[in-house]
Amino acid sequence: MAQDGTDVVTVPALTLRSRRRRAPSGLGDRIVLGLFAAAAWLVLLVVVGLFVVLLISAWPAVQSVGIRVLESTAWDPTSGKYGLLSFIYGTLVTSTLALLLAGPVGIGAALLLAEVAPRRLATPVAMLIELLAAVPSVVFGIWGLFVLAPVMRTVIEPALARSLGFLPLFQGYFYGVGMLTAGILLAIMVLPTVTAISRDILEAVPRDQREAMLALGATRWEMLTRAVLPYARSGIVGALVLALGRALGEAMAVVMVIGNKPAISLSLFAPAYTMASVLANEFTEATGKQYVAVLIGIGSALFLISMLVNIGARLLVRRVGAPQRMRTR
Amino acid sequence: MKRQRVLCALIAAGVLLAGGSFAWADVLLTGAGSTFDAPFFLRAFYEYNRENGVQVNYQSIGSGGGIQQFTAKTVDFGASDVPLAPAELRAAEAAGGPVVQLPVTLGGVVIAYNLPNGPAHIKLDQQTLADIFLGKVTNWNDPEIARLNPGISFPNLSIVVVHRADGSGTTYIFTDYMAHISPQWKAQVGTSKVVSWPAPSSVGAKGNEGVAGQIRNTPGAIGYLELAYVLENNIQYAAVRNRAGRYVYPTVETVRAAASHKPNVSPTDFSIVDMPGADSYPICGYSWVMLWQHQPDPAKGKELVKLMRWLVTDGQSYATRVRYVALPPNVQAEAIKALAGVST
Repeated sequence: MAQDGTDVVTVPALTLRSRRRRAPSGLGDRIVLGLFAAAAWLVLLVVVGLFVVLLISAWPAVQSVGIRVLESTAWDPTSGKYGLLSFIYGTLVTSTLALLLAGPVGIGAALLLAEVAPRRLATPVAMLIELLAAVPSVVFGIWGLFVLAPVMRTVIEPALARSLGFLPLFQGYFYGVGMLTAGILLAIMVLPTVTAISRDILEAVPRDQREAMLALGATRWEMLTRAVLPYARSGIVGALVLALGRALGEAMAVVMVIGNKPAISLSLFAPAYTMASVLANEFTEATGKQYVAVLIGIGSALFLISMLVNIGARLLVRRVGAPQRMRTR
Repeated sequence: MKRQRVLCALIAAGVLLAGGSFAWADVLLTGAGSTFDAPFFLRAFYEYNRENGVQVNYQSIGSGGGIQQFTAKTVDFGASDVPLAPAELRAAEAAGGPVVQLPVTLGGVVIAYNLPNGPAHIKLDQQTLADIFLGKVTNWNDPEIARLNPGISFPNLSIVVVHRADGSGTTYIFTDYMAHISPQWKAQVGTSKVVSWPAPSSVGAKGNEGVAGQIRNTPGAIGYLELAYVLENNIQYAAVRNRAGRYVYPTVETVRAAASHKPNVSPTDFSIVDMPGADSYPICGYSWVMLWQHQPDPAKGKELVKLMRWLVTDGQSYATRVRYVALPPNVQAEAIKALAGVST
């Protein structure tokens, strides 16, 4: 039984493969093939080249200040103190927050658009959500500073402190800017990524998958949670990984709302700093070999962290995605 | 197949033509650097192009980038909020010989704050300013502030220090001033475009707009802004006690008055904070351009010197129009003298 529609996928794949096996017949084919191969290699070359150049430029910093920078939070370029720990902490906390907020909302919206809402409502709403992705991040930043931050300071942070104030996460002075505000802003920014991709994935789930479930007497909810979501799981995790990548690397919007303070605080209300935003803030006016090298080192570290997160998520997809898809109930 | 080849040829021809036209464009002079200078430069260079037909392409990529591009000789002049540091100067001299640095514009730094329903201006002296920014005075109801402002009742409100998070000449001028008035600041924080802020309750924001927005958003905030920005916007700001003991408001006139008290400003002795004089506003500084003393291209070099001579004299009127402070006459004369040393 084609319980997860493998035949639907394999048929076009087979035809593709058989077409590819045919030897290139003419000059035109070979030129086009060469161009495509060159394009593929170029992408790889750009990524590797970027990393190599980053490493070479950051090498003076690795030699002079070395790995000790990962142990300290003191950031004072004037007196040669370069501690990166607070930047790494801020980056991870804000991105995690963004994912925790945008994940459920984004997947929920995708489910609604793909499965529940009538098409005449789903199409314009989906378009609106995708439009969010086209808004430049500096616009998000300005909106965050002038609209979101005051609301955070006067409404949301006091409310959180009243209701959840026993947790150290929700204590302290209400600045309006800080890790929580940055996390919420990032969540809004990555929402279209999560929703748009998840919706496409959900729509790609074959009809017979759903029909089989409904034929067994399942309710719509059971159909969604037991037939559709498990099938789409790996794709949705992929969407979350892309979203996380954007959240990790976002600089301009975060700069406006994070408070830019190199310190580690348990409270989500506290101002903090991220790796991307310290680059955006300080690179233009950085002078002196070591300072610039350290900043480029932060760039390489961000590159590495994004890559590790990506690889980790892909491994996760492979582990949770593939085998469970075949599981029958 | 034939059609494809024709297409290829057309594309190739197009690429060649496009490349060629870049080379022929009449961009004559290029500069890069300080973002602080950019509004003034854009306006002045636009007018200069209309008057003299010389196009100047200025990229406001930041002082650090300007110094790098200048040292790498990819631009004809660099612009920086602070003159070249000794190490930077050595690197530049190794690349292209002696460097001439000129002050081109003057800026003031204003202490802005947010006291809801509070007065439009308050008075602050050196000690109080230092204590606030060092984090020793943390509430607006501190007697130290009330003592300076009789008749004003200050609320029980935490002070939040707002500062520039991006590297900035404004921060340099402000920290230069703080180091002048407070030995503790000098030892603990220092003078730089990026410093480690000692006040525990502090927030960094990007650019003047960011700092102004943050101050506006946060009751109890205090921070520093460029003079031009404050004059264009409705913001509460402080009169600062100067060296002569008077409380002076930041204006174009008081900044120029301060600058005129230091006639022999040079790239190695450029600080004009905390100047004497009854009308001197104490927090201000110059912005600089740098060019090679021995111009590699004589024709271009002549145009560059002409441009700079105009920029530090007649061009200064455009500085005033974008709310920057024009150089005082004695400094203009110094700059002209320095330009005479450029050989083309």
